[in-house]
Amino acid sequence: MNKTLKKYFPLFVIPTLAAFLIAFLIPFLMGFYLSFTEFTTVSNARWVGLGNYKRAITANRDFVNALWFTVRFTVLSVITINVLGFFLALLLTRDIRGTNLFRTVFFMPNLIGGIVLGYIWQLIINGVLMHFGVDITFSAKYGFWGLVILMNWQMVGYMMIIYIAGIQNIPGELNEAAAIDGATPLQTLRHVTIPMVAPSTTICTFLTLTNSFKLFDQNLALTAGAPGRESAMLALDIYNTFYGRIGYEGVGQAKAVIFFLMVALIAFAQLYLTRSREVEQ
Amino acid sequence: MTRRNTNSLWFLLLCALSIVFLAPIVIVLYNSLKGQFYISGAPFAFPNAQTFSGLKNYVNGVEKIRFFQAFGYSLFITVFSVGAIVLFTSMTAWYLVRVKSWFTSALYYLFVFSMIVPFQMVMFTMSKTINVLRLDNPVGLVVVYLGFGAGLSVFLFAGFIRGVPLEIEEAAVIDGSGPVQTFFQIVFPILRPTAITVAILNAMWIWNDYLLPYLSIGSKYRTIPVAVQYLQGGYGSRDMGALMAMLILAIIPIIVFYLVCQKYIIRGVVAGAVKG
Repeated sequence: MNKTLKKYFPLFVIPTLAAFLIAFLIPFLMGFYLSFTEFTTVSNARWVGLGNYKRAITANRDFVNALWFTVRFTVLSVITINVLGFFLALLLTRDIRGTNLFRTVFFMPNLIGGIVLGYIWQLIINGVLMHFGVDITFSAKYGFWGLVILMNWQMVGYMMIIYIAGIQNIPGELNEAAAIDGATPLQTLRHVTIPMVAPSTTICTFLTLTNSFKLFDQNLALTAGAPGRESAMLALDIYNTFYGRIGYEGVGQAKAVIFFLMVALIAFAQLYLTRSREVEQ
Repeated sequence: MTRRNTNSLWFLLLCALSIVFLAPIVIVLYNSLKGQFYISGAPFAFPNAQTFSGLKNYVNGVEKIRFFQAFGYSLFITVFSVGAIVLFTSMTAWYLVRVKSWFTSALYYLFVFSMIVPFQMVMFTMSKTINVLRLDNPVGLVVVYLGFGAGLSVFLFAGFIRGVPLEIEEAAVIDGSGPVQTFFQIVFPILRPTAITVAILNAMWIWNDYLLPYLSIGSKYRTIPVAVQYLQGGYGSRDMGALMAMLILAIIPIIVFYLVCQKYIIRGVVAGAVKG
């Protein structure tokens, strides 16, 4: 089998591999290389060593601002989305009427694309801020909280679904044993439910972490970075650097490489944590 | 307090939360029926005799962004990309799992590695490559999505295939069927649950994707997200009525799809999350 199949490499692997080379591998390697050069059209690249990396951080405060904004946004979103998602999952695993309908409603926003979500919330948030005589572009503070609310609306239902799956996997005997031992609902929650859904918590934490950290569409539609570039997150700042100003393509690529390294770090942390937990069990 | 009573309290809370979750869409919906100059000033007010404008915003918006054309492009790109991804990455995953060599495992890890690379890293160079290779059209984009979606899809299929006992395939080989027959008659049907997961996850991503189609084909072919963003124009000068109407038209296909395939979507995102 192995030997016959081996000859079918062109049929089974080449189509995917060719597309993968075009859409991912070649652009990735080129991007890595170009981050060390100055270029406007790729063909006129000139080696500048680490110059772009230096400029990315020192040319102006945009990148550092975006990083700080992204980190604050990510931390807050991860906490609020997971707390709310877990809370909803707890409610929807009790025998309450209409749980299926509630589940349907809470999950739905997750399917709507970031651009559309951004404009929906721009209308709502501007409508509220109007009463204070301002709009969302008035201060980065509004953009920040607007994004947190938007992200919660979008992701809470998704995390809820994963937590529900986790809660339903807890063996019934554990809850019965806790009840026989006279545990209060709060004690059961703390000593049975929360420890038992730890794998779901890891998954949800990293899903919200990477999604918040890489956020782009919602950021573009809701504020587009306004006022100025103060509410731009990392992905939007990289985009602005590439396409906002001629001669900054190399700097944009250097920022993109830094961004990639940060995302990779998060991914490896997840891999490490998931692996070490599997060993424990 | 009895359990029944607490449950009714929770029920009321859930009802209130459902309203909070649905309100933004309902508000956009009724604003889409108001004249464009009555929206920004009073977004929470219901339409009345003076502000109601019927379906005018819809007619305007559809014309302005050529919505149905955008819908066609989005549908074409999503359907064919998802089809190509399911077909080709399942074949690739099977090959990579069953043919064991340093080369196949290197390829596998390369695919997995691509999952953690954010789009911004390849954004500029990918759109240049697309231009040079003349892939800047809806058909070309199918190739691009196959390549960029391969990582997650190969990973999910390979994870499933490792759990499929080899004996089933060996029995088919003894019966005289070649790799192509074995794959399509024996293996692919077994992969069905994973194929649905892969299809759902990729469809959600590709349908809503903005930056990739905008950068690569946006000047000639606008998908729905690109068309909606196009309506933005300069701040202050945009037609709020058309925007509201187009947001609703953009949401409707998603809600219909969700209500029809809810079971698969929820199962798909759970399976995708657990393995991803």
